[in-house]
Amino acid sequence: MAEPILTVKNLSKSYGEQQVLHDINFSLQKGEVMTMLGPSGIGKSTLLRCLNGLEDFQTGELVFEGQTVKADNANWQQLRQKIGMVFQSYDLFPNMTVLQNITLAPVKVQKKSKAEAEQAARQLLKRVQLSDYANSYPRELSGGQKQRIAIARALAMHPDLMLFDEVTASLDPEMVRSVLDLIKELSEQDNMTMIIVTHEMNFARQIADQVLFLDQGTILEQTAGKDFFTNPQTQRAKDFLASMDF
Amino acid sequence: MEHSGISVLFQGRNFVRLLGGLWTSVWIAALALVFGLLLGALIGLLRTSKSKLLRAIFRIYLEFFRIVPTVVLLFLFYYILPRQVGINWPGSVMATIAFALWVSAEFSDIVRGALISVPKVQQESGLALGLSKWQLFIYVLLPQAFQLELPATINLATRVIKTTSLLMMISVMDLINVGQQIIEANNQSHPTAVFWIYGLIFLLYFIVDYPLSLWSKKVARRNQN
Repeated sequence: MAEPILTVKNLSKSYGEQQVLHDINFSLQKGEVMTMLGPSGIGKSTLLRCLNGLEDFQTGELVFEGQTVKADNANWQQLRQKIGMVFQSYDLFPNMTVLQNITLAPVKVQKKSKAEAEQAARQLLKRVQLSDYANSYPRELSGGQKQRIAIARALAMHPDLMLFDEVTASLDPEMVRSVLDLIKELSEQDNMTMIIVTHEMNFARQIADQVLFLDQGTILEQTAGKDFFTNPQTQRAKDFLASMDF
Repeated sequence: MEHSGISVLFQGRNFVRLLGGLWTSVWIAALALVFGLLLGALIGLLRTSKSKLLRAIFRIYLEFFRIVPTVVLLFLFYYILPRQVGINWPGSVMATIAFALWVSAEFSDIVRGALISVPKVQQESGLALGLSKWQLFIYVLLPQAFQLELPATINLATRVIKTTSLLMMISVMDLINVGQQIIEANNQSHPTAVFWIYGLIFLLYFIVDYPLSLWSKKVARRNQN
């Protein structure tokens, strides 16, 4: 098998005395989709945020595209250009138009010309079916539209890995579909490598190549394919799946 | 009407002198605002710094200018500092400096408040795109903070313009001082002139400050939506 795009080795994190992540280990191949499942508030988002340096961690390391990353020696600004992230609260910059939101980082960080960045941005807008909104401000968009723009904004940096942190959790139910379809399309058409924290179990089952089930900051189950949903190993996972009612 | 106070307004160059006084008040306020806002923005940014020492120093700076009455501040700059330090500049210059420092202190608190009220996730989404801290500040935080702080800044400007009425205490020929001179010169012949002069002064301050007040309300309403 090829070298994994991302390997997490013995990662642990504490807030002061309280340990929130215990000895996390996993690896991800290029093009794979991993879903992180588990009850709320047990460290899934924290783990995701450790992967692009929004949270620090005390021990362990990441290997991303062959580069070893430790909490204290990481050049996160450079890594984040390759690791895109989309958040729950579709936090577009309210002072900029949709087009400016998408082109800000390519122009300022990657030093692309404005024309080049705008052309790429318009392609992305077409792709997320929001071409008509290039010059709109975020406040004029619905939640689902904002979230699709947020995804387009992350894609504009051409990341090799995308992190999705409960991106549908604060959307109206009828908006959820469009966002999930877009993520699915990214996997199927672009072969994008993704780690997805979600509570949408049907979606997770459809898209997952690998499932990580966490509780209390520990990986309880790590399953390839869809086995997790049909054949969970731990009682905790069985209870969790039963409670999700899908 | 011969002895009516209103005639004093238009006697000789009285009206022009009053407008000249207003102009003095306005340019001192305007210069103080320009320098004060620039300095205040910088101090406001420093007040969000991680260094406890920096934060403490500028906190004391703010409290000093907030607690000391403006008259005392003007006396300090006009009578005490020049004598101690040997600077001998006109009252209008010293007043501009005193006002600018006062504005910078007040504005630093407005800027700090606006910066910390930009949601944290805005910072994180900027960082997640690979922006540097500085790029984040310039393109994301500052424009949003500016929008949030604009009403408070306009209010500060109206306060500064009003407070120029204290300039007469340090012999600057501001609107009030000119008015006072005209009243004293005409008090014998036109005892009611005081009413008309102060009426006009009220009107002039109102004409300058009221549009600012309206603007501030408009921005505040827009921010709420």
